Amino acid sequence: MSIEKTEVWVTGIGLVSSLGEGLDTHWAQLASGKGPEPAIDTQDQAPYAVHPIVEIDVGAQIPKRSDQRQMGPWQHLGVYTAGLALDDAGIANNPELLAATNMIVAAGGGERDLDVDSAIMEKISGAENPGPILNTSLNSELRPTLFLAQLSNLMAGNISIVHGVTDSSRTFMGEESAGVSAIETAVAQIQHGQGEVFLVGGAYIAERADMSMLMEFGHTLWQGEPGSVWSRENTDGGMVMGSAGAFLILESRKHAEARGAKPYASINKVVADRCTRQPGAAREVADGLFEQVRSEIPAGPLPVLTGCCGVQPQLKEEHDFLNGLSEFGIDPVIRGVTTVFGNTLEAQFPVSVALASLAISKGAFFDPFDDTGVEKEYSSDPERILISTWAHWRGESLALVEKPDVPLRGGQ
Amino acid sequence: MGNAVKDHKGRPFVVVTGIGIVTSVGEGKEDNWRNLTAGVSGVRKISRFPTEGLRTEIAGTIDWKGDTRYCAPLHSIGLAKKSAAEAIAQSGIGSKGSFPGPLFVANSPAETNWDQRMVVYNDPAGANSTGYDRLLKNVRAGDFSRYYSLFQFASIAEHLADEFGTRGQAISLTTACASGATSVQLGVEAIRRGDTDAALCIGTDGGICEEMVVRFNLLSALSTQNDDPQGASKPFSKTRDGFVMAEGSATLVLESYESAKARGAKILGVVRGAGERADTFHRTRSTPDGSAIIDTITRSMADAGMTPAEIDCINAHGTSTPENDKMEFLSLSAALGSDLDNTPISSNKSMIGHTLSAAGTIEAAISLLTIQNGVIPPTINCNELDPNILMDVVPNEKRIKSVNSVMSNSFGFGGQNVCLIFSAEPV
Repeated sequence: MSIEKTEVWVTGIGLVSSLGEGLDTHWAQLASGKGPEPAIDTQDQAPYAVHPIVEIDVGAQIPKRSDQRQMGPWQHLGVYTAGLALDDAGIANNPELLAATNMIVAAGGGERDLDVDSAIMEKISGAENPGPILNTSLNSELRPTLFLAQLSNLMAGNISIVHGVTDSSRTFMGEESAGVSAIETAVAQIQHGQGEVFLVGGAYIAERADMSMLMEFGHTLWQGEPGSVWSRENTDGGMVMGSAGAFLILESRKHAEARGAKPYASINKVVADRCTRQPGAAREVADGLFEQVRSEIPAGPLPVLTGCCGVQPQLKEEHDFLNGLSEFGIDPVIRGVTTVFGNTLEAQFPVSVALASLAISKGAFFDPFDDTGVEKEYSSDPERILISTWAHWRGESLALVEKPDVPLRGGQ
Repeated sequence: MGNAVKDHKGRPFVVVTGIGIVTSVGEGKEDNWRNLTAGVSGVRKISRFPTEGLRTEIAGTIDWKGDTRYCAPLHSIGLAKKSAAEAIAQSGIGSKGSFPGPLFVANSPAETNWDQRMVVYNDPAGANSTGYDRLLKNVRAGDFSRYYSLFQFASIAEHLADEFGTRGQAISLTTACASGATSVQLGVEAIRRGDTDAALCIGTDGGICEEMVVRFNLLSALSTQNDDPQGASKPFSKTRDGFVMAEGSATLVLESYESAKARGAKILGVVRGAGERADTFHRTRSTPDGSAIIDTITRSMADAGMTPAEIDCINAHGTSTPENDKMEFLSLSAALGSDLDNTPISSNKSMIGHTLSAAGTIEAAISLLTIQNGVIPPTINCNELDPNILMDVVPNEKRIKSVNSVMSNSFGFGGQNVCLIFSAEPV
């Protein structure tokens, strides 16, 4: 089809992480000139460190206690952050706009009641006939609301109930790649007139032993002091998980202009693929993806946010891939997002798009996140930021967040 | 449409060239169609695990002969592989292990179940500790890499992408009991955008385990008519008391009409339109006036460019819960008006049970078979129709009728509503 694609703007951002809440807080931490001070908890999931979520005033976005009681920490964080994004975009409390707002949530879920699990495991371990004991225990110990708090699509469901977003509602599952696919799909839908406004994002709570177990099934967790992700490059590797919620309002330029909404940035290129992660395979995928965005990127310094999580050999392969951009005359100025935020799984790509949009709107890039020497200074006004996301298990992607040719949010 | 390859809105027509299905009543299209038109139920006593202490002891489980230890994601993957292989073979698209388009898989969230949790727990390394400390000690000491690749949320779709060689990132999605319909929507949207000429849309659910039964029991959603498994799922009946959980999978190969015709593929039907509207009322119930569902149905007809009079038959969501069936009737009567009087509506769940994440895809497949065969499968167990539900529910016996178009409804927890419309390819 020869139809010209619509430009996609980021017109609202909700961001909550271990660093704090809101864009100003994040900008102050990440661009003060002093370098960020990541928040780390070494006790909660010991021997694994995590970047813990800051305390949020749930009632500020989820006023009804009856609604609050239907959710656990993961859904609270997502619904809260989605509310921030809707507020920020000027969509909240506007029934007409909310009814035309589509939603794609990148979700995990399955938030379990660890005390109930622990009690049942003890009860049935070694039992001669564990089945009936399991049944009776589940019947008496599980709460009806727990199931709804566990259901992956109920983050979206609660966003509809609490905030009134009622056009299409889809939930993608699948760790980092779900976040990528959610934004990739929303961008494609807007570009082709399959919707004008999308609420897209996800949330992840790292302070969960059930999730630590899931990740450690692959022996993928880093033990001990986290440090910079690059400091793990010459080790067997491992990742540090982090909590965050990030939601974006993506909107067609035409729709935003008609209602007088200014953009932080535009996002028009999200490309993604997968492989089975044989040695070298992910690099090959990434090289192919770069071919799809190469024409948009001039030679010279290029700010890059990478979601390198520290698992090997992907850490080294992804770093090699980024360094390899020099072949095209591109000098990547890298920031390792997980050094500051940890791997926030489904939220990771939305967090990166939020950060890139923030930087574009501020007309500056972030301070180096560490002092290993990998991350160089960048003092220009970025025209575009490349986001590289390789999931800890499967999926590779690249995205470009760019500066639109109009006045931006944040007064730039 | 005739020779036109674009629809009333100038978008590429999306057609179906491959269908695969496995349910509690059969494996493959022939088997399913024979049993569904004969009114056979696939619901039985659960034998996979002890049901002592459970309020519900029946389900439409699928257990293969010689099955080793049950593992939910593996079961979902196995079911999906069967339906997808059947659909791709029928379509003749691509080559073995190389499907020329994206993958959209509707599945339940992959979870570590009690079986696996206890395998980890009972390892010796952490014997001196309890709870998750013990699990984590054992996981650190052992090799559980297989669990790592099975219990990620992306696992089911990733394993299917490996098998069928689809393009791009594999999308694993959920919209609760509307998931299967959402997978079709996503495929239709991708083809309409011109992003791809083909898409593989799979719904699969092999998730019946103790905890799932308990979860739905706690919400009072399941039938507890344990003494009569085959009679327990009775959509639209006065004595309906909940749905019956079931397992299954269906796959549709979607293609642009243009590319399907170009390669000489047999067209099995057209996806004419889709509608959706999220509800804000409650996590498990619809807005009492039905407005979100009504809007969903109305939007599907607008998307298809069709009027109520052009809908020949409805494949109901029809779960057999008191709430759903009442709301479905109320909403259909508002959206279709007096045309509903002349529109037969049938619930496959009366025979198959409710396949949750797979239901939308399974019912899409059956809708297409209905068009192909000119036979509407019955709503069985309809001995006493709910007097407040004034619809022709095709009670107990199949109906022979020329069917050119079918509307298929899917509603899920979390206010998820999707309606799809299929039609025959006009000659």
